[in-house]
Amino acid sequence: MTATVIHIPGHGPAPVLGPSPDRVESLAAYLARGGYRSELRPEELLARIEAADLRGHGGAGFPTAVKLRAVRDGEGAPVVVANGEEGEPGSVKDRWLLRARPHLVLDGLVRAARITGADRAFVYLSDEGAERRVRQALAERDPGLPVEVVRTEPAYVAGEESAVVRRIDGGPALPTAKPPRVFEHGVGGAPTLVANVETLARLALLTGGSDGADTALLTLSGGRSAPVLTEQRYGVTLRQLAVLQGTAEPSAVLMGGLFGGLLPPSALDLPLDRARLAQAGTGLGCGAIRFLAPDECPVSVAADAVDHLTAESSRQCGVCVSGTRALRDTLVALAEGRCDADGQANLARWAQGLPGRGACGLLDAAARLAGSLVAGFADLVEAHRRTPCPACAATPPDAGRRLRVPVPLPMTTATVLRAAVPPPPCTAARVG
Amino acid sequence: MKLRIDSTRCQGYGECLPPAPGVIDLDEWGYARLLVVDLTDDQEAAARAAVDACPNNALRLER
Repeated sequence: MTATVIHIPGHGPAPVLGPSPDRVESLAAYLARGGYRSELRPEELLARIEAADLRGHGGAGFPTAVKLRAVRDGEGAPVVVANGEEGEPGSVKDRWLLRARPHLVLDGLVRAARITGADRAFVYLSDEGAERRVRQALAERDPGLPVEVVRTEPAYVAGEESAVVRRIDGGPALPTAKPPRVFEHGVGGAPTLVANVETLARLALLTGGSDGADTALLTLSGGRSAPVLTEQRYGVTLRQLAVLQGTAEPSAVLMGGLFGGLLPPSALDLPLDRARLAQAGTGLGCGAIRFLAPDECPVSVAADAVDHLTAESSRQCGVCVSGTRALRDTLVALAEGRCDADGQANLARWAQGLPGRGACGLLDAAARLAGSLVAGFADLVEAHRRTPCPACAATPPDAGRRLRVPVPLPMTTATVLRAAVPPPPCTAARVG
Repeated sequence: MKLRIDSTRCQGYGECLPPAPGVIDLDEWGYARLLVVDLTDDQEAAARAAVDACPNNALRLER
């Protein structure tokens, strides 16, 4: 697959990407940019996080200040965890961030520890390159509290907060039933902050008083153009992002990794805005957006995505095993032109009834994919019931392998000439 | 009182349905689906019976 291109916006801030996202940022470089320097008191930072309305960038978008306070006010000495396990096949930003700017994440982690009063911290990840950079960064500078790196096997559900806690506690990286939530009962039973690494990077940036919460890292992919890792201001439209990625007239948009369902082209004028996306029944999730090529069929993409989720189900909940399989089989039947009216009705019914029933959100993602397909592409679904679709026939489900985006590998020495990566066909596009 | 289900424990025995038909339903695969989370006083006895009926302790009452 084509290498991922890192795109620095021509206008507007990109504080997390930084000025040289294709390089590993050394301690000296981070310090030169003001890193680790701020004397801001923890309670002042917390107030700033709240004023900026910083949200989690792992998927759920929960207000960071609320989470920090809940952990701080819990019973017992809190624990903080930087969560870098990026299970979404279409997202690369967390692994890039740990590989390129480990100090920015550690700065945020230590500040989160100060806000919550935690005396122990963890960095949780699965990527070998990220682990190497984090260990190197920890050796370069004493973080001032014990920070343990815990590596897990990559899996879709391994980054879910209860799976993170279970793995750190020595168990398998599998979700548990809620309640309790990890902020009240996490690592070793302690109140635990599990925060996405991008969220922690933004928390560190907010100490500088900058625009840390105004942008989001995005992994854009689709069509025949190279995937793009970029950072954009909220408010940019999906259409502008599609042009930037090089799939100007997509047949559909796969939102929020596999979590935001499929949107029809009529949704392209939606802005990147949490409230507006929620109104439209979708979400930014981890910031991964896939634009389907004009000749790509949303039905086979839905079938493929749910096939991936079915394979990635941790098989702990009976309803998830049965539900994802039923959704997958029905979507595959639809793609192959052998779905009857009952199957079509089942998709709509399952989309309503299955969310919220598993221990984690994997079943919800599968249900939303099916529901958004049936609701947003009604004519297409109707047509597939009668006639097999040539586009679907050409792309049978392969457990989501074609949804995968390669992670950029930042270079370690500043002297190396810029890598010979050809510019994307859309470098002229200016967004944000 | 709230009724909670641990979906990782529900094995689809269906023992919870007879004591609490208005509170719990079984889906097409036989797994328990809560119709109510916040129980009224009238529903509490039925929910308690369902909790007791589950052979795998998948249901519990809270607060």
